[in-house]
Order: sequence, then structure tokens, then C-alpha cells
Amino acid sequence: MLLKLTGGRIYDPAHGLDGVVRDLFVQDGRMVDAPEPDQRIDQEHDVTGRVVMAGAIDMHTHIGGGKLNIARAMLPEDHRADPVGSTRLTRASAGHCAPGTLATGYRYAEMGYTACFEPAILPINARQAHLEMGDIPIVDKGGYAMLGSDDFLLRLMAAGEDQRRINDYVAWTLNATRCIGIKVVNPGGISAFKFNQRRLDLDEKHPYYGVTPREILKVLSRAVYELGVPFPLHVHSSNLGLPGNFESTLGTIRASEGLPIHLTHIQFHSYGTEGDRKFSSAAARIAEAINATPNATCDVGQVLFGQTVTASGDNMSQQRNAGFAHPGKYVIMDIECDAGCGVVPFKYRDQNFVNALQWAIGLELFLLVDDPWRIFLTTDHPNGAPFTCYPHLIRLLMDRTFRNERLGLIHPDAQAMTTVGSINREYTLYEIAILTRAAPAKLLGVPSIGHLGSGAIADITVYRDHPDRERMFTAPELVFKDGEVVVRDGKVTKVRWGRYHTVQPAYDAAIEQRLTDHFARYHTVRADHLRISDDEMRAFGHGAEVLTHPCRTPAR
Amino acid sequence: MSAPSIPSGDIPDVSCPFCGLVCDDLVVTATGSQLTVRTNGCGLAVTSFGKGSPATVSPRIAGRQVELAAAVAEAARLLRDARQPLIAGLATDVAGARAAAELADRCGGVLDHMNASAAMRNILVLQDTGWITTTYSEVRNRADLLVAVGTDIISRFPRFFERCIANRETLFGSDRACEVIFVGRRLPDGSSIPGVTPRVIDCDVSRLHEAFGVMRALLAGRKLAATGAAGAPLATWRQLLERMQAARYGVAAWAAPDLDFPHAELTVQALCELIKDLGKQSRFSGLPLGGSDGDLTADAVHLWQTGFGSRTSYGSGQPDHDPYHYSTSRLLERGADVLVWISSFNEARVPPATTIPVVVLGRAGMSFEREPAVYIPVGTPGLDHAGHLFRGDRVVALPLRQLRPSSLPSAAEAIAAIQTAL
Repeated sequence: MLLKLTGGRIYDPAHGLDGVVRDLFVQDGRMVDAPEPDQRIDQEHDVTGRVVMAGAIDMHTHIGGGKLNIARAMLPEDHRADPVGSTRLTRASAGHCAPGTLATGYRYAEMGYTACFEPAILPINARQAHLEMGDIPIVDKGGYAMLGSDDFLLRLMAAGEDQRRINDYVAWTLNATRCIGIKVVNPGGISAFKFNQRRLDLDEKHPYYGVTPREILKVLSRAVYELGVPFPLHVHSSNLGLPGNFESTLGTIRASEGLPIHLTHIQFHSYGTEGDRKFSSAAARIAEAINATPNATCDVGQVLFGQTVTASGDNMSQQRNAGFAHPGKYVIMDIECDAGCGVVPFKYRDQNFVNALQWAIGLELFLLVDDPWRIFLTTDHPNGAPFTCYPHLIRLLMDRTFRNERLGLIHPDAQAMTTVGSINREYTLYEIAILTRAAPAKLLGVPSIGHLGSGAIADITVYRDHPDRERMFTAPELVFKDGEVVVRDGKVTKVRWGRYHTVQPAYDAAIEQRLTDHFARYHTVRADHLRISDDEMRAFGHGAEVLTHPCRTPAR
Repeated sequence: MSAPSIPSGDIPDVSCPFCGLVCDDLVVTATGSQLTVRTNGCGLAVTSFGKGSPATVSPRIAGRQVELAAAVAEAARLLRDARQPLIAGLATDVAGARAAAELADRCGGVLDHMNASAAMRNILVLQDTGWITTTYSEVRNRADLLVAVGTDIISRFPRFFERCIANRETLFGSDRACEVIFVGRRLPDGSSIPGVTPRVIDCDVSRLHEAFGVMRALLAGRKLAATGAAGAPLATWRQLLERMQAARYGVAAWAAPDLDFPHAELTVQALCELIKDLGKQSRFSGLPLGGSDGDLTADAVHLWQTGFGSRTSYGSGQPDHDPYHYSTSRLLERGADVLVWISSFNEARVPPATTIPVVVLGRAGMSFEREPAVYIPVGTPGLDHAGHLFRGDRVVALPLRQLRPSSLPSAAEAIAAIQTAL
């Protein structure tokens, strides 16, 4: 089956194509070079004048796993207000800020997204996370395994074990949980909270193990690097949401000591203590540090106004935030000597000074970080806002007039505390294609997505060019998944099941015996039962392919 | 029916699907279709694994033995003609819960689990105010106080104390001691917890909300006119509160089925709010014990797919969740015109009495007071076929293995066949 997309304006930053008019060809689900002139085209789509990009990638979105299901259980009112009816093609589902997996897949595809990555998979909960993601239709998916507050790692560190043992454990975790990267959340803090500690600074010793968050960051970022895992350590820094936390964020950037590091939802970590309310933007300081640190990348975690729910592994921070719950309910959970979670519904209001400034801080970061290859477009769904707000966010970035109109509507004191109004930068379509396609694929180390070159998986999004970028990005004219049309005019026309992306770095199998012993002595689950087989993954994903990506040659 | 390699002889690390603990350390010996638990089996496991596959496992239509295809066709016919199908029981694994949800979507049915009346006592609290909870391995390593609220735990979860409380060795030392206080119940005669002498607070379980209210008031420093609560003197509750405040890592466990009185969700809520109050200063967690008969499995799967668990109708084409109107008992009184009853773990969990046609996808060997319209014997997950089951702490989904050869379809396969025939 040879497919041709004729006459589109191609935005493919991986190949430096910035609105170049070019025909695209797809054979059997993959992009191919232009065929010989006499070859028969089986299907042609005239996309003359349309904006054509690869399918978009969300590299940090909470779409599956225990904490999301807790959020779903807590929010019947959210689901009742936003049902998805069943059709001949699609099934019934529901939910605005904590949608069911079916609604999640349909809506991502309808916005032109074709791959989504769940950033917080607790190893003990990995099977649930993959089961849930298996029930997200259409898009490809993958996940990051969470380490850093698990007692096994902290014991290795407290015992002064060699970095190589830690590398083995990290590699075993990636293999067992079928993930593509490693995330650390409030390093050591989730464990410290189990000892009733309510805050853990970057250089503060864990109350029992005596190790510091900085040391945890160092061994994990080194492990990821030495194992050759392409995706850098994904860091949710200490002190989320606290005024003045920009200091620990700057410290976290320095703690990487030149190794690759990704700072996630950095908006929540860019707060100063200036002004009458002792809450201010430190976005300029953080952006300056990112600009000066070529080994660092970040995603924003933009706040947008309205009702949402915050769901995080960082139960220490979520316990602190529980008093702000709207509606007034929350869940805090310790989990299996592995990690924890906290779910707090939240309503961001433009007339609330703090919320308004959070909104502005996110935009400042987008506009002040120079290199679009090192900043990613996220709302930390659903923590800053549901992913369905992305088109609105894109318009805020691309349209200064619109942005300044919106700025004029927020709490006046917050307006006075932000530089957003004085920044002229407007993102281009090419830059949006970098943020949402080329750069995440490059960072993830997945060479087959995020671009339109020969050999790529034929995930393609075709937009009608429209000056209202929100409208344009809300409902693409066509979305192709693996070369097949799955969405037309912003509505699903075909349901299929996407693949999983994983890595499986090599390790010394001696670690398995240690884990077997450790779990048998201390846990209530056998270590071997954490391991998810490829057969299970395929069954979870309705027969989906499990694509394992190569690691670099290990650096050790 | 895929046929993975079936182990033989002594099989280690077997996961047991017969209660919400889903212990995964059993050793089971397989001799043909006969299974015997060798190690780590509680009484429930020994009995439940030990039941052989009955010789006659034919599907039946109105009591007449038929081929599977005929039973499937008849079930499909009943569903095609139905205006309000009720898909209930739902005692199955992840694959079965997935299939049931798809069937409900397709035929506009209602989904409701056989344990939902009890589970709602927790779910309503989660929907209204939330909670602070913990999981089994945290209890095993960290808990220095366990308060068992209105339950003896052991009758429903036989190895709980062995696995989570009585262990001396933890991540933090080798001389762990966890105090246990039973509130309103005590261990059954003949039961004990090795190394632990539990305390018992005698009181009226159905009035426990009073006690939790009193303790919250005491914690907030309020003056109280009451001299007692839930049938016990105030001093009892003051002492309990002080002990709970002093705990390094306290845990209050309850089992919703044991709180079997009207509006028990308010009792659960009062307890959870007390735990939240304590959590402002110290670490204290709830442990809502559940997960038996696949109740948390069905709940998890249906929640993640559509945002709603049990008691949800797909009749309008959109999910419509109503904990009151869409209960099995109410729909059987009025509304439902076909019942599909899924019960693959325990042959004693037969469908409730009803006059409407019933399709049973049940564990082999079920006997009925009133023969159902269609009976399709299905395999038991973790014995007759592989599968996955969620444990009672809502975090761990354990793999279940096939332990013996079986010609029985899984519930998921039977449902898929019915759906294909619709």
C-alpha cells in the first residue's frame, strides 16, 4: 500500500524543513522516499496549503497507573460533566481532568498526538500502569520508572555500595517494568515522609538512611548515563510548590555535574520569595541557568485556569497542598516501600494571586529559555491543566496579542509581578514542531517517531492553517497513525492500538538474587512478580507491538 | 484458549486468587488436574485449590447439556432481546473485567460487582472526602500500631497477621513489635497472633461513628458533654486516641463487608477524617481491606476505561453511575430483564434469586436452586488459565498462572464469544 500526501507545507525540524512544500510518501505504515515515477500510488491525499507535521508527542502526561485511577475514583462529578458517548467506532467513556483511558486515547488522537509517555510508574505498580495504557487506543505509549525513595536503593546507598551495583538495579528495574526511562521524584523525600519528615532540602540527610537528595540525584543520573539509556534522568526536584524553591532547583541543575538531566514541570519549581506576599517569579533565574547548562532540558508544566486534579508521587508535597483541595477531598498514600502518591483536586483561578502568577511563571519560562530543543510543551497533565488545553497554550505562545489580552485578565498584583507583558517573543510553527515532535523524540532516543524522514513510523498530522492557532491545533484535518487515517476533521474515524516503547539495558544478573532475597525477607510480593513479560505487554495492549530501542554503548 | 506451558510437580511462587491478600508465595503440587497446596496455604487456599475439576463440565441450556457454541448462541439471543441487561457478579480477572465492560458498552448493560454493596462503603468516602492509606509491605515494615476496626481481619484474610504484623524482621531491625487493638470485635476462638497479645475494646460497632467523632473533638481540644460513645466510656476513647497519637507509624484497618449496617459509609468516613486529623502531626494511615472475589480488579478496570466502577449503566450510550439505582438487588426488583452472572472463583457465589432469565458464567461445579437459562462453566483464573488480579491494597496487580490442563473457557473468552454472536 503506497500512500501519497500531495502539496503540504512540511514542518519537520529533524530534517530542517520549515514550511517547505513537498510531497510525502508512506508505504506499509512507514515513511519512504519518493518512489520511481512509474510506481502506482494506491491512495492520494491532496493536502495543498495544509500545515503538515509528524504526529505530536507528549513526553510527560499522567495517563495511567494507580494515582490516576484514584483520581478517577474520587471525581465522579468530573466525569458526569464530560461524558464521551459511544459510537459505531468508539466506546463510552468520560472525564475532563481525569479521563478514562478510552477518552484519553480518542482525545489525544483528535488533537494530532500519536505518542504519550507516562512519567511516574512505580515499579510495584508497573503492571497496572501498562494495563491502563494498554487500554488507551490509537496512540503509542511508554513510561518512566520511578526510583529514589525506594528502600532497596536507599539501602544500597547507605551501605556505600559501588555505583555498578546501582547501575545493575536501575537496569533490572527498566527491564522488569518495561519502561523507557528513569524518573526521580522529590529524591528521598517520599521515603523521609514515611518517617514523618515534612520537607527535605537538597543537602539535608534522610532521617534514617543518612543520604541526601543531591547524592540520590548523582547516583541515578550516573546510572542512567553509564547504562547508555538515551533518555536522561527525569527529575521532579525537591520542594515542589514552595516559595523560594528556585534555590533547590538551581542546586539540582548543578548537581548533575555535566551529566544529562531533565527537569520536569519546572514551573512548579521556579518560585521566589519577593514581594508583599513572599511569592514571586524566579523564572528568569531558572531560564538563565537552563540556557547556560547545555546538558539540561526541561518541560514546563504550564498552569491554565480551571478545575483540574493534581496527582503526584510526591506525597510529602501533596500532604502540604491538601488544605488547598477543591473540591475538599484528597488522598495520600504510602506504597510498598517503593514510593507513594498524593491526589488533590485543584481549581486554578485567574483572580487568585498565586495561581495567576503560576500561569505567568510558566509562560516566562517558555519565552525566556532560548533553545526550543531543550524545553517541552507540557501542562504536566492533569497537574497544571488537562492535556486538552494544549491548543490554547500553543496560541498563548504563538500570539503575543492574545497573550497580552489574557494577561490583562489575571489578578492585578500578579500582572505587576511578571515580565510576560514585556516579552515580544512569539513561537513559530517550526518551533512548535520542535517542542512537540522533534525534540521529545530526540530526547527519548526513539529514532522512528517525531519526524517525517524515510523510515519513520508514518504518524502524520495535517492542519488547516488558521490564524487562530487554538482553533487550528484543536481539530486537525487529518491524522495518520502508522500510515492509516485515524482522525478526520478532529473526529476519530478508525480505532487501532498503538505500540509500547521500551529500553532494556544489560546488567549483571547477580542483582536478581539480591532482589529475590530482599523481597522475600521484607516485602509481600516476590521480586520475580514485578517482572512483566513481553507476552503480558502484548496482551495488555490488544496485541500491540513492544518496540525496544537500543541503548548507547555503556559508558562504564 | 492459548496453551502456555503448564508446570508440573511442585510449583513455587504461586499466586492465590481466593482472597484480597493474593499471597504469591504458595507452593502447589499439580498431579494431572488435582492441585494440592504444599506450603504457605491457609485453610481457604487449601480448600479452594483442592477442589478438582468436575468430570462433567458441559454447558447447559435450561438444564440440558449442550455444546459451548449452542450455549453462547442462546446467551447472545437473550441479550439481543433484552432491553436492560444487568452484567453482575463480575468475580473474574482483568481480562474478564475488560470483556464484561466491552459487552456492557455493546448491549447497553449495567455493570455491578457482587461485593459492591460493601465496597460502596469505601467508594462513597473516596468520592466525597478521600483518605490517607498505606499498603501491606509498609505495614509489614513500619507499623508499630494496628487498630482493627469492627473486624477480626483473620476470618476474611487468613494470613494477614502472619504476613504483615507477626514478622520480627523488618527493613529497620530484627526485633519489631506491633501492638494490635481490636475495636468492637476480637479474634475468633482458637486464633492467635504469634508474639502479639492483642487488646480488645468492647463497643457497639454500628455506633462507632460516635467514637470517631468524640476522638476528633478531643484531638481538636473541644469540650465534650458526652460521657461515652459507641457503648464504651469516654476514657476508653481518650486512651485509644493518645495511643494513636503516640504511634510512630499507626494503621487502622477495616473490612467494609464487616461494617454491615445502614450508612456504614459514614462510619468509614468518620474514621478516615480522624486519620486525616492525626496525619497533620504524625504518620497514621488507613488500610481498607478488600480485593476478594476480584472486586477491586473489576473496579480498577472499569474505572480506568470509563471513569466509573460498579453500578454504572451504559444504556444511554454514555456512562451513568448511580450507587443506589444501579445495584443488583434494586435492578432485579425492577428494571433488569436479563442477568449475566460472572462468578469464576467460588462456586458457592451463585446468582441471587430472580425470575428473569439468567446466564451464568460460573466456576465449574456450581449447583443452583433454580436452574439458569444458560450455564457456561468457566475456568478459575490462576488454576485453569493465566490472568491478573488486583490485591486488596489497590496497588499490586499479580500475575496468575495456569496450573493444570483445562478445557474450560475463561470468563473473558466466553464473554467474547457471546459478543461475537450478538
